[in-house]
Amino acid sequence: MYEGAVQDLIDELGRLPGVGPKSAQRIAFYLLAADPVDVRRLVTALTEVKDKVRFCTVCGNVSEEDMCRVCRDPRRDLSVICVVEEPKDVVAIEKTREFRGRYHVLGGAISPIDGVGPDDLRIRELMARLADGDVTELILATDPNLEGEATATYLARLVKPLGLRVTRLASGLPVGGDLEYADEVTLGRAFEGRRAIDI
Amino acid sequence: MYVRQLSVTDFRSYDEASLDLEPGVTALVGPNGQGKTNLVEALGYLATLGSHRVALDAPLVRAGAERAVVRSVVVRDGRDTAVEVEISPGRANRAKLGGSPVPRPREILGALRTVLFAPEDLALVKGDPSDRRRFLDELLVARYPRFAGVRSDYDRVLKQRNALLKSAAAARRQGGSALRTLDVWDQHLADAGAALLAGRHDLVEGLRPLLDKAYTAVSRGGGPVGVSYKSSLPDDVAETADRELLAAALAAGLAAVRDQELDRGITLVGPHRDDLVLTLGELPAKGYASHGESWSVALALRLAAYDLLRGDGGEPVLILDDVFAELDDSRRTQLAEVVAPAEQVLVTAAVAADVPEALTGARFDVEGGRVTRVR
Ligand SMILES: Nc1ncnc2c1ncn2[C@@H]1O[C@H](COP(=O)(O)OP(=O)(O)OP(=O)(O)O)[C@@H](O)[C@H]1O
Ligand SMILES: [Mg+2]
Ligand SMILES: [Zn+2]
Repeated sequence: MYEGAVQDLIDELGRLPGVGPKSAQRIAFYLLAADPVDVRRLVTALTEVKDKVRFCTVCGNVSEEDMCRVCRDPRRDLSVICVVEEPKDVVAIEKTREFRGRYHVLGGAISPIDGVGPDDLRIRELMARLADGDVTELILATDPNLEGEATATYLARLVKPLGLRVTRLASGLPVGGDLEYADEVTLGRAFEGRRAIDI
Repeated sequence: MYVRQLSVTDFRSYDEASLDLEPGVTALVGPNGQGKTNLVEALGYLATLGSHRVALDAPLVRAGAERAVVRSVVVRDGRDTAVEVEISPGRANRAKLGGSPVPRPREILGALRTVLFAPEDLALVKGDPSDRRRFLDELLVARYPRFAGVRSDYDRVLKQRNALLKSAAAARRQGGSALRTLDVWDQHLADAGAALLAGRHDLVEGLRPLLDKAYTAVSRGGGPVGVSYKSSLPDDVAETADRELLAAALAAGLAAVRDQELDRGITLVGPHRDDLVLTLGELPAKGYASHGESWSVALALRLAAYDLLRGDGGEPVLILDDVFAELDDSRRTQLAEVVAPAEQVLVTAAVAADVPEALTGARFDVEGGRVTRVR
C-alpha cells in the first residue's frame, strides 16, 4: 500500500479492464515520472471523451453527435442492418469496405455467468428499428465464440416472425475469438460468404 | 515417437533439471520422495496439459516460485520438435511448439503422446464416474486433438447454462425474463454434447476388443472384461457416433428434466453426468472385483489405450510410475513383456529390484533433486 494519491491512482487504474494490480502499479509510477505535458494531454483526452462522445441514438455506436457518421451518411443502404456486440466491431467491419448498410450495436452478448441477459442488451431498440418495415436483411455479426453464437441464435429466433432474411457471417473466422482480431481479408470474406442461420 | 530431452524449471521439487533420453527403456530409481514421479508428471503434462495426480496446477509450481516451465524435444519419424509449456496458476498458461509461441496452449496437444500408468489408476475401477470420464476424454484428445476444443466448448456451455438455471430459479418465482434464453442454451448444449458423446462412443467401440485382449495379457483368467458407455439420458440412447441423432436425444432429455433442473439449478443430463461401466465376467468391476482384479482391469485399460494410439500412427511414449511395486511376480513379468517392445518406456521405482529384468535399459538415479545417469 502506498500513501494517499498514489494508491488512489493505482486503485482506479486497477479497475480498468485487462489491467491487473501489477500493471496498475507500473502505469501509476510511469505517470508519476512522466512529463506533466504528456499527463495533461491524457487528462484532456479522458475528459473530452466523457463530455463530447455519446452513443448514436439510432444504432448505439459511439458518436460526437446525435447520430453517428454511418447513420448520417445518406448513401448507406437502409435495407440491411448488421448487428455487432461493440463499437470496436463497427470499426473492424468498416475497414473491410465490404458492407454498405447500417449497424446495430448491442453493447455485449448474452452471458448468464456475467449476469447479462437479453434485457441488458439493446435488443428492444433493435426490434423497434425492424418494426417500420424498411429493413429486409439482418446480418448477425456477433463474435464467433459461444456467447456470440448464443446471442445470434436468440436473435434469429426472436425476429423469425418478421420474415426477414437473417444471415450469419461465414465460418473461416477464428472460432473462440473476437471479431475485432480477425484480419481485414478474413472478415471481408466472411461477409461475402454469409449464410442463412439455422434455428 | 520418443522424447530425446526433458527439462524442467521450478517444477514441483526441482528448480532446474535436465535429462537426455533415448529410445528403449529408461528407469528412474531413488528412495521415496526424491522427485521421480515429478519428472514423469512433467512429461505427462506436456502431453495432456494436466497432471495425473492433481486437478489444479498450483502444486506443480515449486513452492516459492511463480511459474514452472517444462520443455522437451520429441522425435517423430526422425524429426525433432521442441514442445514447451509455461505453467502459471491463476493465469493463462503459455506454450511453444518448435520454438514459436502458439495462440493457445492446447495447440501443442498431439505433438507428444504418452500413456501413463500410475498407482492412481486404481481409481479408474474403484473411483467416481469423473475419473473414468477423464480417462475417456484424455484418450480422445490424444487421438484427435480437436476434441480439446470440443471439450472446452462443452464445459463453457455447461457453465453458462448452469448459471442461467440458478438465476432462472429465482426469476421463475418473480416471473422474470431469464427463462427466454434457456431454449438457446439447450440447443448449444445439445450440439456441443453430441459432438463429445459421438467421440466417446466411437472410442469405447475402439477400446472394447483391445481391452479384453489386454486383460488376458496381464491377468490369469477371470474375464472376460466388458466395457460399455452409460448415458445420463432418461431414455436409452444407442452407442452411435451419429451427431444429429445424439443432439436430438440430448435435446429431448433436457426437455424431459427441465422442471427438476429449475428446482435444483444444475444441468442433470449430458456427457458430464455419464459413466463408463466396466464388467468382469457377469459382474460390475466396481464394488465386486478383488483388489488384484481391479488392478488388472486398470492396467488393461491403459494397455488398451496404448494399443489404440499405436494403431493409428504415432506410437505413444509409455510411462510406468511405480506400478511394479503394486503387482505380484507373475503379473509383473507379464506386464514387462507386454511393454518391453515399445519405442520408449520410462519406469520409476524406489528400488532397482522392482524393475523387471525384461525392462533392463538406461538408468538414472534420482536423489535430493539431482538426476544422475548411472547406466
Ligand atoms: N510444488 C512443490 N514445491 C516443492 N516441493 C514439492 C512440490 N510438490 C512436491 N514437492 C516435493 O516433491 C517430493 C515428491 O516427489 P515425487 O512424488 O516425485 O517423489 P518420488 O520420487 O516419486 O517418490 P515415491 O517413491 O514415494 O513415489 C515431495 O518430497 C514433495 O514435498
Ligand atoms: Mg512416485
Ligand atoms: Zn449510428
